[in-house]
Amino acid sequence: MNAPNKSGWKPEMHADSAAPVPLTASGDRGLMLEEKLIFELGGPDNCGVDIDEPEYDVMPSLSGNLRAEPAPLPGLAEPETVRHYTRLSRQNYGIDLGPFPLGSCTMKHNPRLNEKVARMPGFADVHPLQPVQTVQGALGVINELAHWLIALTGMYGVAMTPKAGAHGELCGVLCIRSALEAKGDAREVFLVPESAHGTNPATAAFAGYRVENIPATPDGRVDLEALKARLGPDVAGVMITNPNTCGLFERDLKAISDAVHAAGGYVYCDGANFNAIVGKVRPGDLGVDAMHINLHKTFSTPHGGGGPGSGPVVLSEALAPYGPLPYTARTKDGVIHLVEEADAEAFSEEHFDGNMRSFGRMAAFQGQMGMFTRALAYILSHGADGLRQVAEDCVLNANYILRSLEDVLEAPYAGAGPCMHEALFSDNGLAEGFSTLDIAKGLIDEGFHPMTVYFPLVVHGAMLIEPTETESKDGTDRLIASLRSVAERAVAGDESLHSAPHFTPRRRVDETLAARKPVLVYKDPTEET
Amino acid sequence: MRYLPLTADDRTAMLAKIGVGAIDDLFADVPEEARLDGPIRDLPMHASEMAVERHMGRLSANNLNAGQVPFFLGAGAYRHHIPASVDHLIQRGEFLTAYTPYQPEIAQGTLQVLFEFQSQVARLFGTDIANASLYDGSTACWEAVAMAGRITKRNRVVLSGALHPHYTSTVKTMAKFTKDIIADAMPTIQGLPDNSGLIARIDDETSAVVVQYPDILGRVGNLQEVADAAHAKGALLIAVVTEPVALGMLKAPGALGADVVVGEGQSIGVGLNFGGPYLGLFGCRQKYVRQMPGRLCGETVDADGKRSFVLTLSTREQHIRREKATSNICTNSGLCALAFSIHMTLLGGGGLNKLARVNHSRARQTAERLAQVPGVRIINDNYFNEFAVMLPRDARDVVRELADMDVLGGVSLGRLYPGADQLANGLLVTATETTTAEDIEAFGAALEQLLSGDGA
Repeated sequence: MNAPNKSGWKPEMHADSAAPVPLTASGDRGLMLEEKLIFELGGPDNCGVDIDEPEYDVMPSLSGNLRAEPAPLPGLAEPETVRHYTRLSRQNYGIDLGPFPLGSCTMKHNPRLNEKVARMPGFADVHPLQPVQTVQGALGVINELAHWLIALTGMYGVAMTPKAGAHGELCGVLCIRSALEAKGDAREVFLVPESAHGTNPATAAFAGYRVENIPATPDGRVDLEALKARLGPDVAGVMITNPNTCGLFERDLKAISDAVHAAGGYVYCDGANFNAIVGKVRPGDLGVDAMHINLHKTFSTPHGGGGPGSGPVVLSEALAPYGPLPYTARTKDGVIHLVEEADAEAFSEEHFDGNMRSFGRMAAFQGQMGMFTRALAYILSHGADGLRQVAEDCVLNANYILRSLEDVLEAPYAGAGPCMHEALFSDNGLAEGFSTLDIAKGLIDEGFHPMTVYFPLVVHGAMLIEPTETESKDGTDRLIASLRSVAERAVAGDESLHSAPHFTPRRRVDETLAARKPVLVYKDPTEET
Repeated sequence: MRYLPLTADDRTAMLAKIGVGAIDDLFADVPEEARLDGPIRDLPMHASEMAVERHMGRLSANNLNAGQVPFFLGAGAYRHHIPASVDHLIQRGEFLTAYTPYQPEIAQGTLQVLFEFQSQVARLFGTDIANASLYDGSTACWEAVAMAGRITKRNRVVLSGALHPHYTSTVKTMAKFTKDIIADAMPTIQGLPDNSGLIARIDDETSAVVVQYPDILGRVGNLQEVADAAHAKGALLIAVVTEPVALGMLKAPGALGADVVVGEGQSIGVGLNFGGPYLGLFGCRQKYVRQMPGRLCGETVDADGKRSFVLTLSTREQHIRREKATSNICTNSGLCALAFSIHMTLLGGGGLNKLARVNHSRARQTAERLAQVPGVRIINDNYFNEFAVMLPRDARDVVRELADMDVLGGVSLGRLYPGADQLANGLLVTATETTTAEDIEAFGAALEQLLSGDGA
């Protein structure tokens, strides 16, 4: 303990530091940086952009609507802005730093070529409503990508508009609903197995259906007999995730499809995990009617801390006519058209024997162009041979992890056949009071992003690990060594795990407080009431 | 296959560790009759970085991009200058290649940005709170309509005829499956928006009134009047902002009585991108927080008591309540929100105000020039940075002919409102800070040349 010196100086000490060193005045610790909010750094008069002087004053008729003063938004000069966001970026873990084995999320390497092509001005700087004669290249990207998606899935058509996976689900279910209604068949129920993604039941409910669960078998798959028993004239369809959220291939998918079709319903497949089977099997051959493809997962576009995504939906011949507007179509003269409301009917008559019967527009414009260019570049880079290798390598990596850790962590479905792209463990077998959360936080101290935790819900304390195909054997071996070490500490009851992580910009964050007293926007302390 | 690090030796060693002889043993659960026996036919094999770049470059070159020609398109997507530092910063790998911040201890960068973004949007819109973004303005508009139904337990929505027709279509598509809708299908072509028809449709069954501000023809209407009428009947006012730069000089919708404000954030920091990805903005009153769709970031503390940020209130969301969820949304537009936030930070309130005034100024210069073209009539009595004009003939043809003269001269109302004969000659013209005096003159001259052949 330091005694006060003559000046009265007495250090406050770092609580979690091995050596007794004083707190810093900045709050920073070397390269571990504290960063204020922009609201604490800048004011409305600070600006990092040089803007021309306006030549005209406002129109008299606008004066009643004019702001009395600028919006209360803080500004920063360019150097301060660059520092603010650079410093914040250093408090993040991204795939560029190391493995990011979030199961069901598919975090793979983000090729920089994709970023480069997405920024080509012919894609990035064209307006969605330009005359189609001026955007033949951009429409060409959409058409070329659509061709690939159809070929890889063995389907009939594809709706490119949906803006994310869940939006794609909605698109697919609306196609199903439209097809049934066109037959005068108003069914009310959608069946969703327990092993499906959490968005699936929410989507069916949002599209106006009553959702019923279908149980899983002991080996983690859809219970075919239970499903068959529930089918009937009130069932519009079933939503299945394949490979499912337990990381397993739904062996009975063809039998499920046949049964659902025989009962007059349709099969929606959640294609979030398509990277595990791309080039190895085509969902169309298994009887699927609609499946969204998360371009950001299977064909690698950056996740950007949560988005944007892109979720084109491949469709069977029965559903394709109902897809959303606008859609692209190439006519015999080689011109690619963007078919909108204005031309939909005439176009259908002339080119589709009057068979296009779109359910309408589901977003303002024609989909995520910035994701299409990235996905197309990724597909072309891999080619038909490379995509097949993608599926094989991600499945190989996942099974390697499963077999390397099943002696230390319980793997509930390890006996149920090979896993696909992700390995699933539970927290059964840890010491009393230790859980999945402790393993996740311990793994952070090892320098890795944790796996997905507590999902899927059908497994106690689930840990879902997805290495993807862009991890090297060496990288995977290091991840395995760390997971093994943390798991052994949890089995042995190492109390220090409860306070992990220790080596991060923030220690364990209080999520309960955030939900109990939501603080969602910055309030100036001087304005507190 | 440069993205795949495993070597042949690695694969052999890993198969041995797993205890299988061949990779296909790991695909044993795939029914044999469905398994493909080789690479998909008709598709090319893998290509080098150089070859892919060349191919994409050719496709890119086969477009007329906005930077090449005088450019006057808007209607829900706007061309603004994006400072170089915005694109540079969003490409930092720690932002670009991070996932949804499920582990807050190693995602404070993204989380703090989302908290700052929410605060910026709320201040811009004049709402108590805002979420961490949705897909785009049109889907945000639908989510607002659905939320109003949950709040008021009513299911009749009044849509302004001057709401962006693509937004109207999006809402109608979704509402077909859930709700009844009343819509003013066409805007009245006159100098100022007329609220009387809209207000007459509000009754005790109305959940919400949806009004665009500025509206699809660029006119700035009296929001407060609609808000008062809606509130008198127990309905909510949803204001839609497709051009957030306008709020740099116009009063915030929240301050004019809007209960929910949604918008398209593409103007700030996000490029045109041929329609996506864009950025859905969503703000509302504090009391609706648990009915609000989408992702939210909240402030809290960590184990040491330090200010921290975390995703919160997710019990409203798909991954907890499943079929009872208020929305199926699973993501946000994180990277676009980051771009918006950086650009907004560079501008600040003062910069945004000045930017807005420059936009307005360029639009006035454009309108003055077009007014000199024989046969062209300016519709608007007021506007921010876009306005409608009437031409002596079908504007869809004029737009195509202008493009052949290397001028991208606006969006025809005939394209936006198919079947509305009275709007067929209408053209929506937009100018921003990127519009130069030369652009304006080139547009005016081209239009003069085209229309003079019509004997106008």
